[in-house]
Parts: sequence; structure tokens; C-alpha cells
Amino acid sequence: MWIYEKKLQYPVRVSKCDPRMAKFLIEQYGGADGELAAALRYLNQRYSIPDKVIGLLTDIGTEEFAHLEMIATMVYKLTKDATPDQLKEAGLGAHYADHDKALFYHNAAGVPWTAAYIQAKGDPIADLYEDIAAEEKARATYQWLIDMTDDVDLQDGLKFLREREIVHSLRFREAVEILKEEQHAKKIF
Amino acid sequence: MTIDERRESVNMKMKAKTVLDNEYYRRLHELQSIDFVLVELQLYLDTHPHDMRALEQFNHYAQVRKGLMRDFEASYGPLQQFGNSFSGYPWQWNDAPWPWQV
Repeated sequence: MWIYEKKLQYPVRVSKCDPRMAKFLIEQYGGADGELAAALRYLNQRYSIPDKVIGLLTDIGTEEFAHLEMIATMVYKLTKDATPDQLKEAGLGAHYADHDKALFYHNAAGVPWTAAYIQAKGDPIADLYEDIAAEEKARATYQWLIDMTDDVDLQDGLKFLREREIVHSLRFREAVEILKEEQHAKKIF
Repeated sequence: MTIDERRESVNMKMKAKTVLDNEYYRRLHELQSIDFVLVELQLYLDTHPHDMRALEQFNHYAQVRKGLMRDFEASYGPLQQFGNSFSGYPWQWNDAPWPWQV
């Protein structure tokens, strides 16, 4: 089961109302390489992966939900004081028509999240390589997002998330090596 | 401290903390900092299970975290659900602020 903790993993601050930036950030909420996709991908792959890496997938999958909450907080704070006109100007008119200021799992272009974004191949190496790729793609997205804002408070939260992708990628690479060693040991035995 | 005494103490402190002050943010940040240490050690240990020094650090900071969490909750209410945190009267879980509101 899961236990929720009533606090963010890392503080999220924004220094201005900026619905345009919120529209871009939604990519990491409901996009292909976003936090929802990451969490669901890892937690679903756990069931058929060798025991030695189940803990890692569980922990990183769980951390991704904390990141999802951070992204949601950024979007919420960037849009909460925006008028419908400001949302329209920022390209969020279509979003407002369907969702008001509610969040929704779609990407920056408004395409709804789909399970087709993620895979569970049942082959541990294939799954872990997909996970490494996912972390690298998310890291790149965070960099593009950081490049698009001059809000240093927002950048601080985004930089934290970018660094977490790097750590996750490293741990998944180590997991690949652990499985390779295990396979090798079995052959010798 | 009995649960009743604890509840009373939590209630009194909560009444005095209706406005989030600098102290709230300082202590929240303190918790977030130690959580960062723990999440890093957790993931590291997942792939380095035989690193005794990392394991000792993990157990040490897990202990420190228990104290910080207990103190934070005594002032600002429960952090976790399902019996992992105590509640004062009335039921405090519904109380703002939620994480995105601070």
C-alpha cells in the first residue's frame, strides 16, 4: 500500500502569475515523458522484474508521485490568479473551456495521457533500458522548461527535478549491471 | 505522555499556530532536507546493499527524522494518514494547508 505525506518533497515557489509557463509545464504532468508516465511505468514493471531490482522500481516509482505533486503545485500557483482572458492569451482557452483551472493529464499541446506512452516488456533489460531513456528524456524536457522561464523561484524547483532524473538514470544503469552480473553468475554456475 | 495528554498538547499548540510563520517554513525545510538525505541513501542502497557506511548513515538519519516529524506534527498537525500520525480534536487531517497551498 501507499502512505501519503502532507508535504512536498522539495519547496515549490513561483514569483509571478504565468499561465503560459503553466501550459508548457503540463508536459511533465500528463506528457509522454512526464511524471505520471514515469510513476505508472515503474510501478507496473515491478511485478515481473527480478527480485534484486523490485525495491529500486518501487522507490523511484513512488518518488515520481512526489514529483507529480510538485509539477501540479507549480501549475496551480502559476494559474490560480489568472483571469479567463489571461488564460486565453496564454493558449489555455481550450483548457479553460473544458476544465476551468482544474488540472488534467494531458501534454503541453493538450493531447490526453495514454498508456501507449509506456511499456512493460517482461524482459528486464529491455524494461530497464526504457526506464533509463525515460529519465534522460525527462531530464531534457526539464532543461527546455528551465530555458523558457526567467522566474528564478520556478527554475529552482525545476532544477531539483532535473537533478533527480539524473540520479534515477544512474540507479537504473546500476540495476542493469546488477542483472547482467546475476545472469553471468548463473551461466558459470 | 499518554495519548490524551499528547492530544491536549497538540490542540493547544495548534490554536497558537493559526498563521503560518517563518518557524513553520524553517521546520518544513528541515524535514525536507533530511528527507532528501534519506531518499538519496535509499536509492543508493537499493543498488549498493553491502555499503555498511551508507547503511549506518541511513539508520542514523531515519532515527533523527522520527524526532523531527514528531515535533513538526505536535505544532502543525498530522503529516500521514491511516494511523501513522496522531490527531488532535477535532479530526485534523482535513485542516489546511495542503502542500500546494504553502
